Amino acid sequence: MEVKLKVVNLSKVFEFNGNKIKALENINLDVYENEFLTVMGPSGSGKTTLLRIIAGLEKPTEGKILLDGKEVKGPGADRGVVFQQYTLMPWRTVLKNVTFGLELKKIPKNERIKIAKKFIKIVGLEGFEDAYPWQLSGGMQQRVAIARTLANNPEIVLMDEPFAALDAQTRVIMQNELLKIWESEKKTVFFVTHSIDEAIYLSDRVVILTARPGKIKDIIEIDLDRPRDRTSVEFLKYRKIIYDILKEEVIKTIKRGE
Amino acid sequence: MNLNLKDIGLKIFSVICLLVFWEGLAIYINNPVILPKIEDVLNVLIHPYVSLLGTGSLIDNAIVSIKRVLLGFIIAAILAVPIGILMGYYRVVYNFLDTIIELIRPIPPLAWVPLSLAWFGIGDVSMIFIIFIGAFFPILINTISGVKSVPIPLIEAALTLGAKGRDILLKVIVPASSPYILTGLRVGIGIAWMCVVAAEMLPGSNSGLGYLIMYAYSLSRMDVVIASMIVIGLIGLVLDKILRFIEDKYFVWKKMMK
Repeated sequence: MEVKLKVVNLSKVFEFNGNKIKALENINLDVYENEFLTVMGPSGSGKTTLLRIIAGLEKPTEGKILLDGKEVKGPGADRGVVFQQYTLMPWRTVLKNVTFGLELKKIPKNERIKIAKKFIKIVGLEGFEDAYPWQLSGGMQQRVAIARTLANNPEIVLMDEPFAALDAQTRVIMQNELLKIWESEKKTVFFVTHSIDEAIYLSDRVVILTARPGKIKDIIEIDLDRPRDRTSVEFLKYRKIIYDILKEEVIKTIKRGE
Repeated sequence: MNLNLKDIGLKIFSVICLLVFWEGLAIYINNPVILPKIEDVLNVLIHPYVSLLGTGSLIDNAIVSIKRVLLGFIIAAILAVPIGILMGYYRVVYNFLDTIIELIRPIPPLAWVPLSLAWFGIGDVSMIFIIFIGAFFPILINTISGVKSVPIPLIEAALTLGAKGRDILLKVIVPASSPYILTGLRVGIGIAWMCVVAAEMLPGSNSGLGYLIMYAYSLSRMDVVIASMIVIGLIGLVLDKILRFIEDKYFVWKKMMK
């Protein structure tokens, strides 16, 4: 398996009013080509910080990120991000939101509309091309955000709790859609979530971070065929494994009064 | 529907009350130099093309005033919008200009009259300068706050789609803050309109609605004074409505996002 993304000796210290807070400590991680990798950890373990550093939106205090062997310097279209909040441009239609990245790449208009329409169809929003974000539900907006990221054809897709704001049913639907897209588009996905169920259902591997400062506590390989049955004995076994590992860390966090 | 008719009825009734009160008071006072009768004012208003007191018609004077306002306003907008965008976007520019602006902004536009007369002499240029001063600050302040209110996640999403500094400015900051800029323009043109009337009342002026009012006053023609006041009010209303119409038509998304 080829390594797509390499996190090397990564540490991050935040400074707030002169106080230093260590968010991440000495993270080393390889994400393989076409892998679906999920990061979990208690609140404040630095999951989102790690994703933001990979995206180039934060600078590491120490260490570096390598994408296809090249060091990451700042944000770029090769690492697409789907954020937790809705980040569509409210003055653009669905179609124009999805073509945003393609406009920046100076792809001719006809071509970018063709690409955008393809991904709008993939996320199941055919017919909504001319709708504005405020006319869509939260789940639909998040689909547009996914289409926008995929249309830009990034090397890796970073997803920061993208379904956290959705209701339970929509969330399950979106998970299935995401898996379909991941399988058909052969993408590498770096996924952050709070949900154990979501992590096991989606991932090849689940990385568990410790309470702050976030270090890699364990990496669990999910050895189940897809589509996975959330109620199967094996699935529940993984649930228990991850739950027990996380519990220790969550307790640490709670004891510190966070 | 029933309630709506009631609302409208009450609104019309209040206007009728005012008119009846006015007419009754005018008959009681019986002195057109203090309060002319409604029919006298109407008589001026329904002949807008007839030259009044040898100073041109209502329409002629209104056109002169509108031209001055538009000139001063357009110059103000051309300068205030880009400066506001730069101040909102670049901290250095903001810190450099903020103190100066905060010092000058509270000075009422009419306090500039003596300086303006000394610099530009008696005439159109002076008046346009006063209008410019009046319109400049509301446009600037609204533009700055518009740029500052652009949500950071929106900028970050654009960065991860491959946007660089210039794209962020032109494709995110400017469209995202344009509803605020338009509000600034609307406030600005309102103040510009107030300034023009005041500026035209100053010595040396020989045209415009402000001049017409003062000249009619000196001839004790209160019917012309009130007719001109009504025209001033109506034009101000129309200017405001035009910009509100643009706001509602092109920036629906802003309202819907709230």
